[in-house]
Amino acid sequence: MKRAAFSQPLMPVALLLPQLIIIAVFFYWPAGEAIYSSFFLQDPFGFGSNYVGADNYTRLAKSSEYAKVAGFTLFFTVLVTFLSLGIALLLAVKADKVIRGAKTYRTLLMWVYAVAPPVAGFLGALLFDQNIGPITDLFAYFGYNLQIGLNYNDTAFAMIVVSVWKQIPVNFIFLLSGLQSIPVAVREAALIDNKSGTRRFWDITFPLLAPTAFFLLIINITYALFDTFGVIDIMVKGNPASNPITLVYKVYTDGFRGSDLGGSSAQSVVLMVLVLALTVMQFRMLERRIHYT
Amino acid sequence: MKTTSVMIAGAMTAAMAGPVAAQTEIEWWHAMGGSLGETVNKIATEFNASQSDYVITPVFKGSYEETLTAGIAAFRAGEQPNILQVFDAGAATVIGAQGATIPVQDLLVDNGIAFDIEDYISGVRYFYADSDGKMIGMPFNSSSPIMYFNVDALEAAGVTAPVTWEEFQDVTAPALVEAGYVPMSQSHMPWIFTENFFSRHNLPFASANNGYDSADVTINMDAPEIRDHFEAFKGWIDNGYAGFYGASWDDNATPFQQGEVGLWLGSSGSFGGLQKTAEFEFSATYLPYWEAITTEPTQTFIGGAALFAMSGQPEEENKATAEFFRFLTSPEVQYMWHQETGYVPITEAAYEVAKADGHYDRFPAAEVGIQQLSLPAGEWTRGYRMGFYVQIRDVMNREYTRYLTGETSLDDAFTAIKEESDVLLSRFAQTQN
Repeated sequence: MKRAAFSQPLMPVALLLPQLIIIAVFFYWPAGEAIYSSFFLQDPFGFGSNYVGADNYTRLAKSSEYAKVAGFTLFFTVLVTFLSLGIALLLAVKADKVIRGAKTYRTLLMWVYAVAPPVAGFLGALLFDQNIGPITDLFAYFGYNLQIGLNYNDTAFAMIVVSVWKQIPVNFIFLLSGLQSIPVAVREAALIDNKSGTRRFWDITFPLLAPTAFFLLIINITYALFDTFGVIDIMVKGNPASNPITLVYKVYTDGFRGSDLGGSSAQSVVLMVLVLALTVMQFRMLERRIHYT
Repeated sequence: MKTTSVMIAGAMTAAMAGPVAAQTEIEWWHAMGGSLGETVNKIATEFNASQSDYVITPVFKGSYEETLTAGIAAFRAGEQPNILQVFDAGAATVIGAQGATIPVQDLLVDNGIAFDIEDYISGVRYFYADSDGKMIGMPFNSSSPIMYFNVDALEAAGVTAPVTWEEFQDVTAPALVEAGYVPMSQSHMPWIFTENFFSRHNLPFASANNGYDSADVTINMDAPEIRDHFEAFKGWIDNGYAGFYGASWDDNATPFQQGEVGLWLGSSGSFGGLQKTAEFEFSATYLPYWEAITTEPTQTFIGGAALFAMSGQPEEENKATAEFFRFLTSPEVQYMWHQETGYVPITEAAYEVAKADGHYDRFPAAEVGIQQLSLPAGEWTRGYRMGFYVQIRDVMNREYTRYLTGETSLDDAFTAIKEESDVLLSRFAQTQN
């Protein structure tokens, strides 16, 4: 066997360097800074700092409030991921079958994708407003007093609805194109084998869609964990009080609003480890079962 | 290295500036959005037009928290503005970082501008001062929590605005319920029902002289008076004497603006906005107090924010900042600011100008804030100084809301506030060395 190689040993290094520099400057350096400052308590203006060992971490481990936020984050992430993928899949399968006016239909479904998360949050905040929100009025019509910003469960409900609504179009686009890339021959062969639409979907279509779905799963978990920040910020109006928040939002309230640099650095290190673990796990456990064509 | 770059920068500036007469430019980072921001710009424009030596540029940096964070980040990078607006809850952070700011008193005196703390109205003198009474930050948009009332609602109920909380629960609230109103709502539990609860009743809010003497401080959230107050508040919510719409300012203010709520505890700075939005006749009076706690209620703390002169700037820019402060505190500018926004004038002279001009004959409610700040002072009314206070307020809001919605008990809520706040305070003390 012949090994392809560069004749000059420095050439590959030079080619890799730009990428490595970017990763170092934008990832390793800030990550290192975060780890370093998580062992200190610092004056916000940078005048004094005290080494406190693992104190910032043990404090998090002991905090029941932090545990509560982590619990909500898990619940929120699972629900947002499941719902936005599930609903998008349903819509994509149905849209795939539409023949007349297909383009209009798809465009309408993708529209929401153009809305920025804070704008989505703002729309949500308006629709769910305690005093003037139409959705609040709708619930009141059915005899339920919806109180966003006051009732923990109501606020959680509104956050999940807005976050899912925002994410469905992205999933829809990917799933639809995934569906359309399944060869007609395969579908027709399946149709001869089995008349049941449900069976054909789970036996043929879904496995062939799996690479797309796996990619979307990762994207969606990341979305629910991090990109929903804008939605949450607007929904709690910058003042979380007893409302549900996610781990990322807590990093923001403690670090940016509260100027507690050490404490919020420790929290972001925890998040970093979490994401790392999650990604490794996903690829180890799930990717093996997926067949790329 | 540093000297070289400074020299190069100096050479470049000199080359570019050429023969043009040098105007000193200074920057002012603030958190005043909307119509308040327009008034800020107006002040800056008038200052620039009033003389030819200095130019000030106001820059809007978002909310109070965002402005403070931006100022801190800029300071750490050596890019700080000349003037930074910092709100009441951030006072301990910025005053604790000695060396980050030039005390405004020193700045004025060093630049030959007369300064006498007695010129300022008594409620604003010491809130942004150090423990020796030296003024560190220049009070800018100063407000105090006051009680607004819907005149029609009180007339329909046949009552007057309550002076004490006893009167509220025995007389005012039942009559307002009878007349078809939600009797009362309030917009800021930490500020109105906690901090100013302590000052109105002249109770110590924290150890170490309300935190002025040392960063080693604990909060008095285990005081029986504050617990009783919240227990009463929950009772009012439960029997319909009060509306509670969460921790958001607007969610609690809107029902009053819509004429559903009879009494609303808000900011004296809300006056300008209410005048534009309320479609009914409204007026205002002092924050009620508990007669059971005191028969001699005292003045309240100022809320709002102050302007801090950041250190590390050239002499001539500090001079410009001092000149701007002189302009800002002049009676005419203060009166204009007071009229347009509802924030209180910070000097006695400006207050006199407003009175002489008949402003309070036209709008009696506009005077309530400053009158309340000029009530007799007490041992515990000059202010409080606690670090990580933004987070302490978050803890208060969280636990209060849980208690008021029945998620937790009074004991658990207050224990959590006391314990978590004291941990935050001791952590802040560790950052100060």
